[in-house]
Amino acid sequence: MDLEAAKVIGAGLAAIGVGVASAGVGFVFGSFLQGALRNPGAADGQQGRLFIGFAAAELLGLIAFAVAMIILYAV
Amino acid sequence: MAAETTIDPMHQFQISGLTGALDGTPFVFTNSALWMLIVLGAITLFMWGGMKRELVPGRWQAAVEGFVEFVSGMALSSIGKEGRAYIPWIFTIFTFIIFANYLGMFPLAVFGPHPFTVTSQFTVTGLMAVMSFSIVLIVGFWKHGLHFFSLFVPHGTPKVMLPLIVPIEFVSFMVRPFSLALRLFVAMIAGHILLDVFGNFIVNGINSGSVMGYAISAISFLFIMGVNALELLVCAIQAYVFALLASLYINDAVHLH
Repeated sequence: MDLEAAKVIGAGLAAIGVGVASAGVGFVFGSFLQGALRNPGAADGQQGRLFIGFAAAELLGLIAFAVAMIILYAV
Repeated sequence: MAAETTIDPMHQFQISGLTGALDGTPFVFTNSALWMLIVLGAITLFMWGGMKRELVPGRWQAAVEGFVEFVSGMALSSIGKEGRAYIPWIFTIFTFIIFANYLGMFPLAVFGPHPFTVTSQFTVTGLMAVMSFSIVLIVGFWKHGLHFFSLFVPHGTPKVMLPLIVPIEFVSFMVRPFSLALRLFVAMIAGHILLDVFGNFIVNGINSGSVMGYAISAISFLFIMGVNALELLVCAIQAYVFALLASLYINDAVHLH
C-alpha cells in the first residue's frame, strides 16, 4: 500500500472518533433533558454544568478531527 | 471555475501579507491582523452605541446591557462574589471570540473579499487560553501561596490513592490551556472546511452540466443551509464554553475546590 492511500484510510479511521463523540454529545443533552423534565424548576441552574459536559464530550471528537487533519495535511 | 477544480479547503486559513510578502520579515500587515482590527471596530461600535446611559434604554442600549449582564452573570455565578474582579477579562474574551466567530461567518464572499476567521488560528486561541491560565496561576499563588498545590488533592482522597490521584489531577490541570484553545480553533476550522467543501460541491455540480451534477448541487445546497444554521449555533456555544471554562478555572484558583 502506498503512503497516499494509507493516509486517506487513516484519516477515515480517525473520522470514526468524531461519530462516537457525537453519540457522547447526544447522551449529554439527552440525560440533561431527562433530568430537566423530571424537575423543570432545577433545570436552569444546571445549564453551566450541561455545557461543561458538552464541552468535555465535544473536545474528544474535535481531537479526532484534528488527528484526521494532521494525517491528511501535515504528515 | 472549471468543472474539475480540485477542492482546497485549507486555503481559507492561509495567512497572507497585505502590505508585502511573508518571507521572513517580521512586520507585515496580514489578513489576520486586518480582521482583528475589523473585530475590534465592530465591538467598539456595538458598545459605543449602547453607552448613552439613558434612563429608559432604547433597543441598542438594551442589547448591550443584556450582553454585559449575561457575561457578568456567568462570571458571578461560577466564581461567586469575588468574581467581580475577573468580569473584565471574561467579558473581553467572550466578546472577542463571539464577534470574531460571527464576522468569520459573514457571507462577504458574495461581493468578492473572503472573510478570515481570526479564531481559526491556534496562535490566537492559544494566546487567550495561556493568558486565562496565567491568571489562574498568578491569582492562585498570590492568594494561597504554596497551599495552591492542594488543588491536586481532592477532598476525602484516601492516603493510599494519593500517588495515583495527584499525577492525574496534575496532568488534567496542565492540559487545560491546551484543551481550551484546541476546542475553539478546531471547532471553527471544522465548520469552515465543511462549508467550503460543500460549497465546492454546489459549484462543481452545476458546472458539470449533467443531471446527476444538478441533483448533487441541490442536495448540497439544502445540506449547507443546515450546516450554516448549525455553525451559527456553534459560534455562540464555543464563545460561551470558552468564557465559562475560563471562569470555572479562575474559580478553582480563587476557592481551591
